[in-house]
This record gives sequence, C-alpha cells and structure tokens, in this order.
Amino acid sequence: MTSSITVARVKQKRIAELISHGKRLDERGLNDFREVQLEVGVIERAEGSARVRLGKTEVMVGIKIEIGEPFSDVPNQGVLTVNAELVPLASPKFEPGPPNENAIELARVVDRGIRESKAISTEKLCIIPGKKVFIVFVDLWVLNHDGNLIDASAMAALAALLNTKIFNYEIKDDEIKIKPGYTQLPIVDHPIAVTFAKIDDNFVVDPWLVEEQVMDARFTITIDKDGKICALQKGGYGYFSMEKILEAAKIAQQKAEELRKIVVKG
Amino acid sequence: MRKTHEKLINENSTRLDGRKSNQLRPIKIEVGTLSNADGSAYIEQGKNKILAAVYGPKELHPKHRALPDRALLICRYHMAPFSVQERKSPAPSRREIEISKVIREALEPSVFVEYYPRTSIDIFIEVLQADGGTRCSGITVASLALADAGIPMHDLVSACAAGKVDGQLVLDLNDIEDKEGEADLPLALMPNLNAITLIQMDGDLSINEFEQTLNLAKEGCKQIHALQKDALKAKYAAVKEVVEEK
Repeated sequence: MTSSITVARVKQKRIAELISHGKRLDERGLNDFREVQLEVGVIERAEGSARVRLGKTEVMVGIKIEIGEPFSDVPNQGVLTVNAELVPLASPKFEPGPPNENAIELARVVDRGIRESKAISTEKLCIIPGKKVFIVFVDLWVLNHDGNLIDASAMAALAALLNTKIFNYEIKDDEIKIKPGYTQLPIVDHPIAVTFAKIDDNFVVDPWLVEEQVMDARFTITIDKDGKICALQKGGYGYFSMEKILEAAKIAQQKAEELRKIVVKG
Repeated sequence: MRKTHEKLINENSTRLDGRKSNQLRPIKIEVGTLSNADGSAYIEQGKNKILAAVYGPKELHPKHRALPDRALLICRYHMAPFSVQERKSPAPSRREIEISKVIREALEPSVFVEYYPRTSIDIFIEVLQADGGTRCSGITVASLALADAGIPMHDLVSACAAGKVDGQLVLDLNDIEDKEGEADLPLALMPNLNAITLIQMDGDLSINEFEQTLNLAKEGCKQIHALQKDALKAKYAAVKEVVEEK
C-alpha cells in the first residue's frame, strides 16, 4: 500500500528535516515512545483481555481458551493461534473483508514474538497427550490506527496473556469435566516489540501514522526478558545499512526494558 | 520441541548434510528457462527447487490499482502441494501471503519502478520442492528473472539465511536445521550497495550473536551474488554461441 501520496510533499520534507535535527513533528525525541495507557480485564466474557493506547493508536486484545486437538508433531503441547483484525472503524484505509496481507503480517509478527520467546509454557496446556490440549486464541482488534500497530498489539497481547485464566477441569473416564474455579495461564517470558521507521537516513522509534506514511521502511525487533532478540521483521520498500540495524538493536534492548515495566506489573 | 536427531552438528563440526558451518549448499542456477515469460530463472539450492517468472512491465488491471508515479510490483510466492513431506493445500496460506509481501518489499528497492508509471511488474515464484530457506532462494531466483526480463535495476538482490544450530552459528540452514535449531535469520542484500532489503529472524540470539549471524549471512549473500552473475553471463554466452554459429 502506498500511502505516501496522501501526505503533502512539503510536510514530508518538514518531517525529514526535523528528524535530521533530532526533532519530531509531535515534539518527541527520536527514541521516545508515545505515552502508553494500559487496562486489563476489560472484557469479562474473555478468558483474558487488555486494551492498549499508544498515543492515539488503540488496540484491544481478547484471549479465548478452547479445548481441541494438538498438532501431531507436538502431541503434548497446547496450541497458540494469533489473528489480527484491522477493524474498518479504525481507519479510513481499512475495509471490511477477510484479513489482507497487512493484517496477516501483523498477526504473524506478534505470534513470532510470543512463540519464539516461549512466553507460554505450552507443555502445561496439555490435558490428554495426543488427544486434548488447550488452544489459546489471541485476537488482536485494532480500534484506532495512528501508527505502530505492531508494538501496540504486542504489548496488548502480552498484557492480555498475563491476565488470562483457564477454567479448572478434571478427567473422569477419559472425559473432561469443567470444575469451578480458574488457574492462571502459565506465562514465563515477556516479549516486547520495538519498531523503528527509517526516514531519509535516520531511525525513529514508535512511528505515528504520519511518520509511517512518509517512511522508507520499518524494522521491528522483539526482545525477550533476558534482553535477547527473539524476532525481527522488516517492512516497506526501503533498505537499511548494517550499522543502522546494529544500532537499532541496542536501542531496542533499552526501550523494551522500559516498556516491560509498564506491561508487566509486579 | 521434537528431537529426531541427537545432534545436528557432530564432533568434527560437520553438519548432517556434510557441510561446514560457513558453507552454502550446492547451488545450480539457470536463467531464461521459461519461453512465455518476459524473464525467468530456476534455482536448485540443496534440495530446494524453485522457478521464478516475471511478466511486465505491462498494463495493469484493474486500472484503479495503478500508481501514477511508478510501477506496481505484484509478487506471488507459492508452494506446490507436493513440495513438502505432508501435502500442502494449494490455496495460499497465511505464511505464503506474508512471504509474498516481504519478498516484494525485498525486491522493490532494486527496481527502477519510477521508469514505468501506471504499469505492473508481476513476479511469480513457484516452489517445486522445499528444504528450508525457500524465501531466500526465492528472492535470489526472482531477482535474476527480473534481470532476465531486462528491467533496469540498481543491483541484483542476493539472499541467504544464517542462524544458530546446536549452539553454533551456521550459514544457509536446511529444513531440519531451521526447524530444530535455535535461530534462523534470513537476509536479502544488494551487495554492491551494501543495502539490506529483507531481514527477519525467529529464535533466540544475544546482541553479540546477532551481529555475528548478520555478518555470516552477509558473506553468504556475497557468494550467492557471484553465482547469480555467472548464471546471467552464462545465458548470454550461450546466446552468443548460437548467433555466431549461424
């Protein structure tokens, strides 16, 4: 999708010029995130939920837990499914219909962070090996698009997972009976995504919509709780130099630590 | 994680397919293999067998998708149902849709798209057999198909993955190393410009390991770049021979 033509050239120039002087149109520093507001447990019907506001960007995540069959190659592990919906009310650019490539990419990048950091201990989600396991459905619901959906969604997903409770059960004669009470979903890592936009030759953290519209490319680094990189994704039509990528990795490490304090309380 | 093999790298630091850590799989490239396409190429990289074809620049339908200032790149990465162990449904999966997108974004920086406003350049990548690293082989072969179609380009795009297997950093992971290893980092590079046009990663790397893996993948891309150039030249050498015989 080229959206660059919707931003006036003079504004594009202004944004790039400001950034080359270390400033941004919304008065943030190059490595500053917008304010993060987080609420958890906002949907009572869902097993877990969270709503994140990153500046004006707004993403809700609902977690539903169902009992289903495991994959045959990992018979004793629960299943993680991440899906993203760019809800038409969130932007004039979003249209109803099946997920397009942007929604699929968003879901898969968030999925990769959770999966590769092994954030959910999926062995604990096995009920009857080879037959029954818990399936964790993570639905990313974009409610307002003002840029950087990846980081907002990843934060909301983690917050929702940390807030998720699974119903208790017992097995009687090979049948699963639901018991009263809930158990916390076992979360053992806290992946945080940090996205950079490349505008001219500079990187800015957490691009808002106008910056996304004028950027050459974006680069997302997901950092686990040990400060290691667990996922990367490049998007957009531009390219990067090696030096910029390594520089970004170090900034991401630091930013992830700051954001983690907001998402993971206590 | 399932472990079908105790070790992916033995005590002589040799990998399951006999390679050293910094060694590419055997690569065979042919340019101009399909007669209907404006440009085409075929690659075998280990057990990967991939065809790429380019049609265009051509008129774009539906017209409202046309861009007033440049060509629209359309890319379809697709796997044949018989390309993997368990039959894959021929309908495009979410994985294929994402890979089509990142490949398009990896190739677009190399093309002078502004030369062909309001047109489309269609790139089709068909994976006939897959053995890990198909997005990289796909980019390598599609870039050659673009060159074969005579489309002006800044540079060829060369792609190669590096990653971590059994705690060691290795180049050009095959399927089992990708699935059972600790990290996989596909990289696409325009080697003459030192410009990275695709970077992805899944796994677990410290910042230090990340830097080393990135450098390893970059060296792989450079080796592949040399093979790409040879394959392009070989096509024209063959054409020259035919012409001179007449």
